[in-house]
Parts: sequence; structure tokens; C-alpha cells
Amino acid sequence: MNTELLGIIATYALTLLIGIPLGIYLAKMFAGEKVWTDFLKPLEKGIYKLSGINPEESMNWKQHMKALLMINMVWLVYGFFALIYQDKLPLNPDGNLGQSPDLAFNSIISFVVNCNLQHYSGETGATYFTQHFVFMFLQFVSAATGIAAAVVLFKAFRDKTTTNLGNFWVFFTRSITRLLLPLSIVVATILAFNGTTTSYEGKDQFVSLQGDTVNVSRGPAAGFVAIKHLGTNGGGWFGVNGAHPLENPNYLTNMVEVISQVIIPIAMVFAFGYFIRRRKMAWVIFGIMTLGMMLLLVPTVISETGGSPNIAKMGVSQLTGAMEGKEVRFGPTATAYWSTVTTIISTGSINSMHDSAMPLTGMYQLIAMMMNCFYGGCGVGILNYFIFIIIAVFISGLMVGRTPEFLGHKVEAREVKIASIIALLHPFIILVGTALAAYTVTNFPDADWVVKPANWLNNPGFHGFSEMLYETTSAAANNGSGFEGLGDNNIFWNVMTGFVLLLGRFLPIIGPVAIAGLLASKKYIPESAGTLKTDTLTFGVMTFVVIVIIAALAFFPALTLGPLAEHFSMIK
Amino acid sequence: MKKYIIQSLRLTGVLMVLLCIIYPVTVAFIGKFSPGEGSGEKVTKNGKVVGYALIGQSFTKPEYFWGRPSAVAYNAAGSGGSNKGATNADYLKQVSERIDTLLKYHPYLKKADIPADMVTASGSGLDPDISETAAIMQIKRVAAYRKLSDRVVAELVVKNTEGPLFGLFGPSKVNVLKLNVALDELKK
Repeated sequence: MNTELLGIIATYALTLLIGIPLGIYLAKMFAGEKVWTDFLKPLEKGIYKLSGINPEESMNWKQHMKALLMINMVWLVYGFFALIYQDKLPLNPDGNLGQSPDLAFNSIISFVVNCNLQHYSGETGATYFTQHFVFMFLQFVSAATGIAAAVVLFKAFRDKTTTNLGNFWVFFTRSITRLLLPLSIVVATILAFNGTTTSYEGKDQFVSLQGDTVNVSRGPAAGFVAIKHLGTNGGGWFGVNGAHPLENPNYLTNMVEVISQVIIPIAMVFAFGYFIRRRKMAWVIFGIMTLGMMLLLVPTVISETGGSPNIAKMGVSQLTGAMEGKEVRFGPTATAYWSTVTTIISTGSINSMHDSAMPLTGMYQLIAMMMNCFYGGCGVGILNYFIFIIIAVFISGLMVGRTPEFLGHKVEAREVKIASIIALLHPFIILVGTALAAYTVTNFPDADWVVKPANWLNNPGFHGFSEMLYETTSAAANNGSGFEGLGDNNIFWNVMTGFVLLLGRFLPIIGPVAIAGLLASKKYIPESAGTLKTDTLTFGVMTFVVIVIIAALAFFPALTLGPLAEHFSMIK
Repeated sequence: MKKYIIQSLRLTGVLMVLLCIIYPVTVAFIGKFSPGEGSGEKVTKNGKVVGYALIGQSFTKPEYFWGRPSAVAYNAAGSGGSNKGATNADYLKQVSERIDTLLKYHPYLKKADIPADMVTASGSGLDPDISETAAIMQIKRVAAYRKLSDRVVAELVVKNTEGPLFGLFGPSKVNVLKLNVALDELKK
């Protein structure tokens, strides 16, 4: 078997080997059972004490959401001003300028919501201060926010009837101290020993072998890169993200980085099953998510390793596949694997330029973000999937003529309404945002912005449309990758995607937590012969069908205008 | 509500100390023990720094092995790819011109001998590597300009080819800078 294929198989196997036990650990840890990381308790106690938090205080779902929104708002306000005035703050060895207000608006939202869209470039648009105290800080806490919200949902289904859903600050703090921080140190160490820079020195200058003078951006990237992947954030230290040789020096680091993106999302699925004492359910959910991933991964690998038909026509050899926008040290197969993982998981880090991928690959990347629940982001992946479970419960209930129930609680009009709104919100903001952009390009090509709409698109025709569709989808899915040819640092894209980001983050967190909270407060109905079982394969397939149908109905027309049209025009 | 605001502010402050100071300083300390001491591993020739092992640089002179096309002309302070789509006509023209240039400098080659990585821009614009095939196809030219035998240069290429990880995973590659430094050192 060829070594590139063997590489991704080993990568996925290692992912499961780490992800599944990690999930069991998380279930125990969040339930407060004894785990080996209990030696960190004094650290947590110190944090609670300094923050005036009583860890014993229990919250209902509304209090959880209030705490969550409040702390997120604090970060938004603080980060916005820090970015605007970064040139006046310390730790700026490269002398970079402050961000414009619309760019800062976009940057801060995109990091608070765990997206990391990055309309700036790390080398020039941020200082070491903002990279640390804004961006890296938010990469930790936004991931912890998602995980904590998911744990609230877990808690709702652990006991039969309850309004006591634990303490938000505790879930949040523990996500950092017991999960994100220790793993980050491990990953950062591996990266550092493979060549990722860690020191605080600024740019270096050298004379190349041929005699050219070259400036090199550096900086403490290893710690940043570790949490950007573990927290499914995706924002790079350098402009080209995981394609940059200092962020991702070799095949080993590539494996480590792509594994670290997936382990927490997979762990959360198992944490859910073990936490609510329904292991079978975890396996069913995991199975369906894996099916979704494979259905996107296999054609992506085929499409990329097949090479570019247009370049094949020129007669050169594409031994391992298409190479535009890719790095030799990873090769097309591992690059294809990364592109699938980063789009299903909402990480949005890249190790190749997605804009230059084959049209069909672009479509698979788009579909991954449009569905956004196969593993999904830290915590939010399982929340997104939960919405589809509720809809599947409702539809199955209608089909067999029974009152829909989920884990012993009646699912009624209110819950189904919330689930439907959240499920439809995602296509709605994507399609409206893209339509708005396309309308602006065609009708106001000369609008007086930093980048004129006429110059937004880096590629003509169908691919240009794909660039706009991708950017909006990425924002709505809180993914953060892009077809980077798009001229997106201007007021239109900064503001438009800013709002899309906010809507795409907080409603899909509040919705599922609200449903869970409402269900948990209802009377528990013991299982009987008439109960619709939600931990069977049949129900899993039902959920999968719901996901596919909603996505197909909503997105097929848009995909036809972009990647599909491009593909068929290319092979004709 | 007010309680949550105060808790949010205080928790944010405490976590900043932990995550933005203690964590990165720890990593920076660990990095001190790594090969490049955390500042990036440098490549030297005769004791003089000629670049970073991981940062590709521009080679245009015929006596050197060439790296991949770069959308940012190997500007290591502003990485970037071309972001050109697979059906973009301007881009395809560019690729075809690169093929012609390669054929001009390597008259002994057929088109099918040219691997795609030599005519397509890398993702970072700083790709330090080329494929094994890409190095092999340049051997004759480099040898001719350096007045060396093909065999000597070919041996150097083999020596500088890095196989898959653990011999099992991923592609093999050739670091262009290291190969060229080895060439220069061969001469004296």
C-alpha cells in the first residue's frame, strides 16, 4: 500500500485510540468522580476563590446561559479595544499597526465564537500582545465555553427530573484545567521539538545562499498552534496557517495537529454516552458521525489524488495528485484528509489553500460545514447533532403515531419549534449572506470600500461564486477556513460575516441547552414497550437521513451554481 | 446579573495570568531545549547562516537545484499561496509557461518527466521541499553547470532525500536548501 494512504489510516486509528478513552475520562471528570487529574483541585480552588465563585452553587439552564453570555460579552468588549489599540500596547517587536474598527469587530467576534475567520494576517495584523492576550486566550476560553455548554446538556439527561444542572463556572474552568491546558502543553512540546518556534524574538534577517536578503517572521507559535487545534479554533499564528513550515514543520507534526483537532469532539460523544449511562447511544452517534465523515473523506481523497484534469492535459506528471496550494511534505492524501477533518470539525485551520483544491473537493468542504455536526466543534458538535436528534424523534413519532419522547421526557411543540428554528437558521444565514454578497458584486462593483467589490474575487466565473459561498458558510459554521483568494478585509465582509458569526454561534448553543433544560424539568416517563428507542441503529440512520435531507433541500441550488457548475465545465 | 458580571471579569483576569503568561512562558522554556532553541533551526555554510531549514528560499541560478514556484516570491515575512482555482484561465496559462521555462533549461526532459510540484505554487509560498522526482529531473542541468559528473550529483540527491516517516507514512521529499548547501560544500 502506498505510504500516503497508510499515513492517513494510521492518523485516524491513533485519533480513536486517544479520543475514546479521553471521552470516558471526561464523563468521569465532569461527573465529579475520582480521576487521576484530581491533583489539580487546589489550582481550581484558587481560581474559584480569586474569581469569587462558589463551585457548589447550582444553576438552572437559564442561569447557565446568562453566565455564558455575560462572560462572552466581557471578552467581546475587551478584545475589540485591545485590537484597535494594539500598536500602543507592549509586546510589538515588529511594529505592527492597530486594526481598523471594522476589522477589529470581525476579528474579535470571530475569535470569541471559536471561528477564527482571520481577515488579517498573523505576521502583520496582530502583535505578540494581541496574539497572546486576545487570540490565544480566546482559543482556550471559547473552546471551554462550547464544552461547558455541552456538559450542561449532558447533566440534563443524567437524572430523571431535575432543574439543577451544575455550575457553569466549574464546567468551564475544568474544561481548561483538566483538558485543554494539559493537552496543549503536550502538543506544544512535540511541535517545539520538531521545529515550531517558541521564543519571543521578532523578525530575523539573513542573506540567502543565492545572495538575497530575506526577512523571516517568527515568534512563540508552538503554544498557539497547540490550542488552536485542540480547541477546534483554527486561527493561525502565521497567515497561511498550518501550511506554514514553522507552524507545521513535517509529516509527524501534521499528524499530531490533525489528530488534536478531532480528539475532543470524538471524546465529547463518548462523554455524553458514559455521562448519561447509555453507552450504546454514544456508539450509535459516533457511528453515524463516522459514516458522515467517511462519505466526505473518501471522495475528497479520490478527487485530490486524481490530480487536476486541466494540468493533466498539459502533459506533466501528477504522480501523487494535484499540487497547487499544497506542500510537498504532506502530499495530496494527507492534505485531503486534513481538509475533510477541518471542515467537519469546525476547526478551519488549513494545511493547503482550499481555494486551489479541485472543484468537487471544494464542494465536499462546503457540505461538511453546511451539515456541521459530524463530530463538529468542541462541545458545539454534539449540540448541533442533538438538534437533529430532536427533529428525528419528532418525525419518527409522527410516522409511528406515538407521542415523541427522548430519554423519558415528552418532546412537545415548544422543543420541536426551537429545534426547527435552529436547524433552519444555519441555511438561512448562509444563503442570505451569500445572496447579499453576490448582489453587491454585480450591482455595486465600484463601491468605495478598501477592496472594491469588483476586486473581491480572485477567480472568475463559477469559482468566484464559490469563494463567496465558502466565506459565508465558514462564518455560519464557525469554521474559519476560507477560499482565501477572496478580498475579505473590507467593511462589507467584516460586518456581514461578523453578524453571521454571532448568529451562528450563540443561538445554536442556547437552543439545544434550552431544549435539554425544558425536557429535564418534565416528568420522567419510564421506558415501556411503546417507547421509541433512540439508541438503536435504525434511529441513528433516521437522524442521518434528517441531516442529509435538510442540507440537500437547503443547499443543493447554491452548490449547483458554484462547485458543481465548475466541475462540469472543467471535465466537458 | 451583576454577580455574573463581576465573576466574569475576575475569572477572565485570573485565566489570563494562567493562559497568556504562565502557559506560553512554560512552552518557551521547554522550547529552549529543542534543536533550534525555539528560534527556528538555522542552516549554515562555512559557519555563516544562509537560512532556516524549514523556510524555503528562492533559487534561480542554474547551478542550484530549484524549489517550487512561490506566489509570494519566498517572502518569509508574508506567507501566501496563489489561491487560484483549478479552472482559472490565467492560472493555467501561468502553469504552461512554467513548463516551457523548465523545458528550456532542461532540454533533455519530456513533459511527462516534470512532476506537478515543480509547476504549481505551494500553499505557504515557503515550501522548503521538492519531491524526489523533481530533484532527479534537475540533476543533469546542475551537474553540467557545475562541471560535475551526473553520478556525484545524483548521490548527493539520494543522500538528501528524506523518506516517509518511520519508513511508513507520508511522502518522501528533498530539502532544497540543504541539498544546495551540500552541493556548494562539495565544490571546495
